[in-house]
Amino acid sequence: MTFTPETEKRLQDIWSRYPAGRKRSAVIPMLMYAQDELGMVTQELIAEVAQRCEVSPLQVEEVVGYYSMLNKQKMGKHHVQVCTNIACLLMGGEELWQHTTKRLGIGHKQITADGLISLEEVECAGACSWAPCVVDGYEYHHHMTIEKLDQLLDSIQKKVQ
Amino acid sequence: MSTPAAAPPTVINFTVDGRQLSAPPGTLLIDACKRAGIEIPAFCYYEGYSLQAACRMCLVEVEKMPKLQTACTLPVMEGMIVRSETEQLTKARKGTLEFLLTNHPLDCPVCDKGGECELQDMVFRYGAGESRFTEMKNHEPERQWSPVVFYDPARCILCYRCVRACNEGMGVGALGITNRGVLSEIAPNGGDHLDCDECGACIDICPVGALTSNTYRYKTRPWEMQHVGTVCTHCSNGCKTTLGVRNDEIMRGNNRDRSGINGEFLCVKGRYGFDFNAHEERLTSPMIRINGKLEEVSWSKALGFVAEKFKSVSAAGGKFGVVAGTHLTNEELFYLQKFSRAGLKSSNIDHVRSGDFVTLLDAVSGNLTSLATADDLYNTKAALVIGADLSQQHPFLAFQLRADVRHHKAKIFTVTPGPVREAKYSAASVVVPEGQEFDALNNLTEQLKGEKELVILFGDSIKGQRVRDLVAWAGTLGIPVKYVCLVDYSNSRGAMDMGVMPNLLPGYEADPHPGMSVKQMLASDALDVLWVVGENPLRETKLASKNAFVVAHSMFLDETASTADVVFPSASAYEKNGTVTNVTGQVQRLKAAVRTMGTKTDLEILGLIAKEMGMAVEIGVWSHDVVFKEIHKSVRGYNVPLPILITGGAAVTNPVNGRVAVDVLVDEIRSAGDTLFTSGSLGRYSKLLTSVPEFPGALYKR
Amino acid sequence: MFNEPHPDEVRVITKRFGLPNSASIDTYLAHEGYVAFMKAIEMTPEQIIDELKLSNLRGRGGAGFPTGLKWSFIPRDNPKPKYVVVNADESEPGTCKDRLLIQNDPHQLIEGCLIAARTIGCKAGYIYIRGEYRYLIDIMDKALAEAYAHGYLGKNIKGSGIDFDLYTHSGAGAYECGEESALLESLEGKRGVPRIRPPFPAVSGLYASPTVLNNVETFATVPAVLRMGGQAYADLGTPKNGGTRMLCVSGHVNRPGVYEVPLGFSMQKMIYEVCGGIRGGKKLKAVIPGGSSSPVLRADECDFPMDYDNYARMKTMAGSGGMMVMDEDTDIVKVALRTMRFYAHESCGWCIPCREGTTWLRKILTRMDEGTGRRADIDLIHELAKNMLGRTFCPLGDAAAMPTIGFVEKFREEFEARLRENVVPVTSPDQLIAIR
Ligand SMILES: Cc1cc2nc3c(=O)[nH]c(=O)nc-3n(C[C@H](O)[C@H](O)[C@H](O)COP(=O)(O)O)c2cc1C
Ligand code: SF4
Ligand code: FES
Repeated sequence: MTFTPETEKRLQDIWSRYPAGRKRSAVIPMLMYAQDELGMVTQELIAEVAQRCEVSPLQVEEVVGYYSMLNKQKMGKHHVQVCTNIACLLMGGEELWQHTTKRLGIGHKQITADGLISLEEVECAGACSWAPCVVDGYEYHHHMTIEKLDQLLDSIQKKVQ
Repeated sequence: MSTPAAAPPTVINFTVDGRQLSAPPGTLLIDACKRAGIEIPAFCYYEGYSLQAACRMCLVEVEKMPKLQTACTLPVMEGMIVRSETEQLTKARKGTLEFLLTNHPLDCPVCDKGGECELQDMVFRYGAGESRFTEMKNHEPERQWSPVVFYDPARCILCYRCVRACNEGMGVGALGITNRGVLSEIAPNGGDHLDCDECGACIDICPVGALTSNTYRYKTRPWEMQHVGTVCTHCSNGCKTTLGVRNDEIMRGNNRDRSGINGEFLCVKGRYGFDFNAHEERLTSPMIRINGKLEEVSWSKALGFVAEKFKSVSAAGGKFGVVAGTHLTNEELFYLQKFSRAGLKSSNIDHVRSGDFVTLLDAVSGNLTSLATADDLYNTKAALVIGADLSQQHPFLAFQLRADVRHHKAKIFTVTPGPVREAKYSAASVVVPEGQEFDALNNLTEQLKGEKELVILFGDSIKGQRVRDLVAWAGTLGIPVKYVCLVDYSNSRGAMDMGVMPNLLPGYEADPHPGMSVKQMLASDALDVLWVVGENPLRETKLASKNAFVVAHSMFLDETASTADVVFPSASAYEKNGTVTNVTGQVQRLKAAVRTMGTKTDLEILGLIAKEMGMAVEIGVWSHDVVFKEIHKSVRGYNVPLPILITGGAAVTNPVNGRVAVDVLVDEIRSAGDTLFTSGSLGRYSKLLTSVPEFPGALYKR
Repeated sequence: MFNEPHPDEVRVITKRFGLPNSASIDTYLAHEGYVAFMKAIEMTPEQIIDELKLSNLRGRGGAGFPTGLKWSFIPRDNPKPKYVVVNADESEPGTCKDRLLIQNDPHQLIEGCLIAARTIGCKAGYIYIRGEYRYLIDIMDKALAEAYAHGYLGKNIKGSGIDFDLYTHSGAGAYECGEESALLESLEGKRGVPRIRPPFPAVSGLYASPTVLNNVETFATVPAVLRMGGQAYADLGTPKNGGTRMLCVSGHVNRPGVYEVPLGFSMQKMIYEVCGGIRGGKKLKAVIPGGSSSPVLRADECDFPMDYDNYARMKTMAGSGGMMVMDEDTDIVKVALRTMRFYAHESCGWCIPCREGTTWLRKILTRMDEGTGRRADIDLIHELAKNMLGRTFCPLGDAAAMPTIGFVEKFREEFEARLRENVVPVTSPDQLIAIR
């Protein structure tokens, strides 16, 4: 498989971190960075990573099925994650989640028809003291309110137009 | 100055349920208990495979340990006091079973495993039958992963036995685990299907009905079958198999009682390749060629016809040629060679040879410990495989070596003409074209000298002088070496041991009047009778003697039978009593499991012809136990302890005690080249073997 | 920084947080950076371990195991390579401190790792960062590059003869990978399923080699211990509970945030002074004191000095320092359900009691929350949680069971109130079908 030069460089760099004979260690980080480029974990990617890390495709499959951030379905350009775990729940995370699903008309692990946004209700994102929090891709938004969330979604949707 | 360390204890003493027990250091508590007759419940623990501690059924109380301990991971410790059945434990196990049943369908009445399900047994023992679970169960549809394997995720209790059996036992790694938490399930390597050995080990090892076999599912119940322990007829490894029989039909094959040399191991042929037996093209009536066409006739007519012909040819001093199959029993082979030599006065008797065991015997003559057994393959510290794709051609021997690597850290070396599975766990693996093995061996010499011992397994590329060279080379290593000459088919060793060779009598005594080999017989234009007993020599070769009278014993109308003058429908190995000897010289008993109406065993056919010819007294009674007694008494190496055989074990024969002074026809030695999914002519009639996507397989592919 | 520091804080490991460019090596070097490591070069491994023991530093990841003791378990004569592994998986609900440590002061962590490497004689280390914290990986990678450029990583570090390489490693979303043995599996490229122990990581960890594995905060504290001296650090806390730790306060307080306080700091003071009391003048109802795995405390139990021993006395845990404060309006059934949803989602699925127990409990609690609970369910929840406790393969099962038992025992009346609102007298036909 060919990746953009940046991704390829990243994958090579990751691969080089582990001792000889232990390249299996690179499986998860490689999948993470390659997924960012592809928007999902494809069958082709699984085969590629298996080959690079000297394991069987099944061994990569096992990993993909296990980790919640590795997706075999296409994710949106913006993967919007709403935390509803305890600290966020206490601070209105659930209301944010309800609002988002209603506004976008999609549910957990679903994607908008235009492929722009996918949604996920996530477990504790590690922002408890600044709850509630919403994560757009890898970008944290703290002290979220419905208004701020709307602004965020507006800006995402506006960017494309 | 350091004080010498105290010698490690050789035995550990401990107490379980008030009983004083002892076990060697390192023994797991669960095993130590089992040996003492204390059964600790377990799903995930499986002797011989890696530890999981996942099912939590084996929890026990250990004094001075605050938490309950898993007996499956706890090595015995001096003075430890264990309780394996207490109220707390019963409650814990019941609780765990209750958890397990929340997502396990209670469809025992239609489940194949009903009656031999470990979960069912456990619920019976601890009683968690009534559930407080009132929610919806997770349900996922059943899937078919191969012509053999079905998986029902709902029934799966995730004990990971199948994953380990496939990965560790078979070295295949076709099964994994996907998803996580309660959605976890077993996943096949092909996405939605399996690409594997189709050995079915995963199915047999499954404690519940999550993995079921297409050949057996929904057909019968364990208690409706008789279970007959016999030996697989396909390859020379001679795995013991227990056939489940109902109404004269083989319903399944397995070896779950772990009796026999192979324990639970069986390959696809052993476990599923029995279906040739019930193939609709089985011959069930003798046939005589009348006006150029084979016509069905009565047994008496066919026997009489052959006897008359044999008598007249014999009286006229005509030439007989006898070709014996390697699926025959030792008794049949012995009786046949006696028939030929004493009755027909002909040493033109032979079988199709696949390995040069004769030269090996000669080269190591006098060395009684030079032949390795299946046990040696599990215990040796090092093994060298030359010129064979062991996992394909000798699946059980390969299994033994894998277990040896896992349990004893054995070192495996391979020198083969292509990549082999053994390379994955070998210390060194060299690929060289046939004929150049010795260059590679010389490169390995120094490394091998450092080993404590070695078992050498060699295929058909090492024959004649090369066997002698190999033994000479091994002699320079300065370590004890044992050998396995890799012959094919269930009873190739028996055929040699029983003197089904033109120049060797039973027990490798030189025949004073050597006869013709298979190749020579087929090439001779002066043959009057060709008698083929359970073999298909005309598959690729034409018989040169145009007018020879051809008699064939066969199960199917194969190339040989279809050109014969008389065809006797013979019984299969699963329909016979007697003994067979495997590739490592271990003799085991065959037990007739079924009968096919209209057929007779080859021994019976031989005996009846002898009787018709009036030679019965000379050749002897055609009953397998009488013939076996004679073998036991007279054939070198076969005076084995009878109790071993009678109880269904494997007795080691050891025919080596001197030179074998004959010329070996090296050209005629050739491996059948069968893969895991082919089995000579027999394999063609197994619908299952020919239906798996991996069929016919190829040697030297992975 | 996300919150204003409070005067009652004792800032040992967070003291550089407010500095301009606090993550850069220049700032670090200007403020006692790598001083402890230079000191460590002069010390023997035994001396370093002795200082750590003296400091009474206990692991900040959750279990509170004494760090000096842990490091002393690394076998010296083992010929295998040894490893340092940083647990930056930070996934325990309520916890958000390791994030700040990496974001604001990554070099402090690097220095802690260096000292560990010096102590056990190892050449490589990995910082396992949860996948969601991608931006931290970037910050950390930048800091590592700086450390290499300044000769604090790589070959022959500062002429000491020590070689040490340190790398980041990204997780991919799995709470269980915070459990040390599951983390190691994950670091080896496998599913995050814990290992059978013993052997412990100190003997057989990463790549079956001796491994020192600690939480970010634990490693980050090590330089301070060597700098101040073990005794001085210990003296900041209470006996057997050395030094300071970071507490992540969230929920219904006026000033939620992450604060560094000495061990033994009063919980009352924390809530009402440092965090400014309960929002909107409401009454306190309960506190989950150490991350979602720790059993809840009722308002009347929230006045004690927070050190490991006192948490234990209160039958709860210091855990990861995630304090979630709940006011009088909080719906405990909802919190219990959300907690169990989390554990059911995160159970790795390896062992039966955890895999099936969390799911079953989640289903019952969902029913309770939706108003179709039955009276018997309350005891059933309690009993099922007890059936999990102590019987699972790893502590995640306990972590799911303990708080659940706590919720039912301490707030039984709330569960009962749910019933009174919605009496469901008999099992509905739907449910009967589900029994099968
Ligand atoms: C289910 C589970 C999750 C855990 N998650 C974390 C975590 O996210 N971060 C962490 O540092 N320790 C976590 N731990 C604790 C680790 O297993 C381990 O004890 C700790 O990292 C050791 O470091 P310490 O001695 O410095 O605390 C977790 C433990 C369990 C059982
Ligand atoms: S290895 Fe050979 S003997 Fe054993 S089951 Fe397979 S074919 Fe039969
Ligand atoms: S047998 Fe011990 S946990 Fe399964």
